[in-house]
Amino acid sequence: MPTHLESDVQASEDAFRTEVHHFLAAHFPDELRGTGNMLAGLDGPTNETPVQKKWREAVGERGWGTPTWPKEYGGGGLTKGQARLIEHEFAKVGAYNPIGGMGVMMFGPTLLEYGDEKQKLEHIPPICRGEIRWCQGYSEPNAGSDLANLQTFAVDKGDHYLVNGQKTWTSGGQWADKCFAIVRTDRSDKHKGISFMLIDMDAPGVEVRPITMISGTSPFCETFFTDVKVPKENLVGREGQGWTIGKRLLQHERTNISGGERLAGMMGQSLADVAKKYCETGGDGALVNKVLRDKIADFEIRWNSFLLTARRAVEESKAQGGVSEISSVLKKVGTKLAQERSELLIEIRGLQGLGWEGDEFGDDELEDVRGWLFGKAATIYGGSTEVQNNIIAKRVLGMLDHQ
Amino acid sequence: MAVLSEEQEMLRDMARDWATKESPVSEFRKVRAAGQPQAYNSSAYAAMTEMGWAGIIIPEAHGGSDFGFMSAGLVVEELGKTLTASPLVATTIAASAILLGGSDEQKAKWLPRLASGKTVATLAVDEGAHCDPSAIETSVAGGKLTGKKAFVHEAHGANLFVVAAKDGLYLVEKGDGISLTTRKLTDQRSHADVSFAGAAAEKLEGGSDSLLDDVLDRARVLSAAEMLGMAQAVFDTTLDYLKQRVQFNQVLATFQALQHRMADLFADLAQMRSAVEAGLQAVDSDFGIARAATIAKAEANRVLHAISNQGIQLHGGIGMTDEFNVGFYLKRARVLEASWGSSSYLKDRFAQLSGY
Repeated sequence: MPTHLESDVQASEDAFRTEVHHFLAAHFPDELRGTGNMLAGLDGPTNETPVQKKWREAVGERGWGTPTWPKEYGGGGLTKGQARLIEHEFAKVGAYNPIGGMGVMMFGPTLLEYGDEKQKLEHIPPICRGEIRWCQGYSEPNAGSDLANLQTFAVDKGDHYLVNGQKTWTSGGQWADKCFAIVRTDRSDKHKGISFMLIDMDAPGVEVRPITMISGTSPFCETFFTDVKVPKENLVGREGQGWTIGKRLLQHERTNISGGERLAGMMGQSLADVAKKYCETGGDGALVNKVLRDKIADFEIRWNSFLLTARRAVEESKAQGGVSEISSVLKKVGTKLAQERSELLIEIRGLQGLGWEGDEFGDDELEDVRGWLFGKAATIYGGSTEVQNNIIAKRVLGMLDHQ
Repeated sequence: MAVLSEEQEMLRDMARDWATKESPVSEFRKVRAAGQPQAYNSSAYAAMTEMGWAGIIIPEAHGGSDFGFMSAGLVVEELGKTLTASPLVATTIAASAILLGGSDEQKAKWLPRLASGKTVATLAVDEGAHCDPSAIETSVAGGKLTGKKAFVHEAHGANLFVVAAKDGLYLVEKGDGISLTTRKLTDQRSHADVSFAGAAAEKLEGGSDSLLDDVLDRARVLSAAEMLGMAQAVFDTTLDYLKQRVQFNQVLATFQALQHRMADLFADLAQMRSAVEAGLQAVDSDFGIARAATIAKAEANRVLHAISNQGIQLHGGIGMTDEFNVGFYLKRARVLEASWGSSSYLKDRFAQLSGY
């Protein structure tokens, strides 16, 4: 017998589900069903069709692309439970969330925490509507794993800063409208000399050069700042608070890189199914090559316990009301397994799995080759595996500094 | 750590408290020194059964608490941390066989005795040194069971055997027609080859067509829970040691090579815990048990193997001495790794279950 409170909650959940159904019926076009969302990243070139644009605008208008963000800034103002319900109901009819990109995943949550009222009102609503693309100005040629060594400098010119320096690995820099950057405002203190500011990518003095990667694609850029004027109102938090704010943002980044669901989506097809297409099987459906079979099983067992670990991290964090300590292993374990999988795909396909281009190769084969190469970045960016190990040793295991 | 209910937290805390205070590794040393084939302290097992631990998976109607496998795993994990020698795991596995395959009369007769500790029971499946349930020769004719079982866990203390024969599982009480040959293994616990020569046997008629596999899966998750406790204990002990030991005027914990190795082991341990807890929970929810149990034991094997080796390496020479406990974990680890499915057996089984 449910209590009154439980039945009230149930009734309001049912009402909300009906609201989502009505919204989908009114706005989600059949032709986009199950197409996935090639635009959600907003880090590719603009090629949105009019139908996709209409869908994005409908979701953005409602704030449902960023369901838990506050309503006054264009978010949905919903509870986490309602957000999950939206996700679930969208998935059921093959609808995707058209609002995404670094603004949603990293910058927005950070600005909501550290920005002033004016900044939030200016920058959050366009993120919720999917209108503005953000890129990340963090790494520099001499500030990779040692990020705090960054040298891009902002000189105080009264009403504005004058910024000079170079950023690198700027994802989607060539397509971005704005950049959230950490820059140096004081050379006397490594960490406290860093500030967090917002830079217009079309401001005079900003130059972007795409970098061609080993995968043949150019998702990253070098970004050069030469006497770029940044208005004082674009400083987030206080001068010198940039390291604290910037690190907080990285937590959002790591959560996204290691997100079990995202990786699970990436690894949609089981390795065994691929192997059965390329390699001989016996009458019982078992792979004849027992060594390969063993490798696949070994991988899939560990992959399964990774998915279980990702789920456990979420459950523990929810129960504890804080980030679970095992969250610290997700990035390093997930990215390593993803790389292992790519290598196994090559072993399964042989030379057919190393095609660079040509009609003799299937789309999936070519995509997996590029994915294998591009995937080498995953254990380097967002805090390399070695940096993750330092963090685990010091913060979780309480091992001491090695200096 | 899985998110636990209040009862489960109390149970785990009680087990942790008891194991730490009443059954530290020094108690295992006493058992070893006593040199009895039974290889456990009867009064310690009496204390455990008094606290209800042998009845955790047994229904209340039969004298248990019906708390399920996840709860049993919590207790077994705590006991694994201190290498507590007892027939608790063996008896619980045997109880699961009776629960799955026993008639109402068999349940009513045996389960209360197992829960109270009056009867110690164990599962006897393999007839050689490897887990191989497909190679069973033991047979039954006219209610008399004949065959040889190898390396039976807790055989010396057991007065009830759950024995796998060609046509199913049988209950055999200790008595005429049963003889034991002690097999001393590295873990210094009770193992014996058990010979049945026309011993009176009663079949477990119920359960599914795959009753033996179903019971083996339960043996896998419970052993994996013990292994989880062992791996956690070796990891914690090793970490403490690294924080104390000074070489080159620096505590070892400040060396980055060692920090990164510990970070790797920490990640492995997280994976192991997720897999083991999911295996226990699968049994309780009666969903996907074969696959979850295979993953649980495979991960337990992989990670405990690595941690028990690194435990020795990171302790250095002192880890090679009998005076330090870390070697005991290594010697028990391999026995459990080889029981109910080695890593290669389990990978093969996983591939079969997955259709390749």
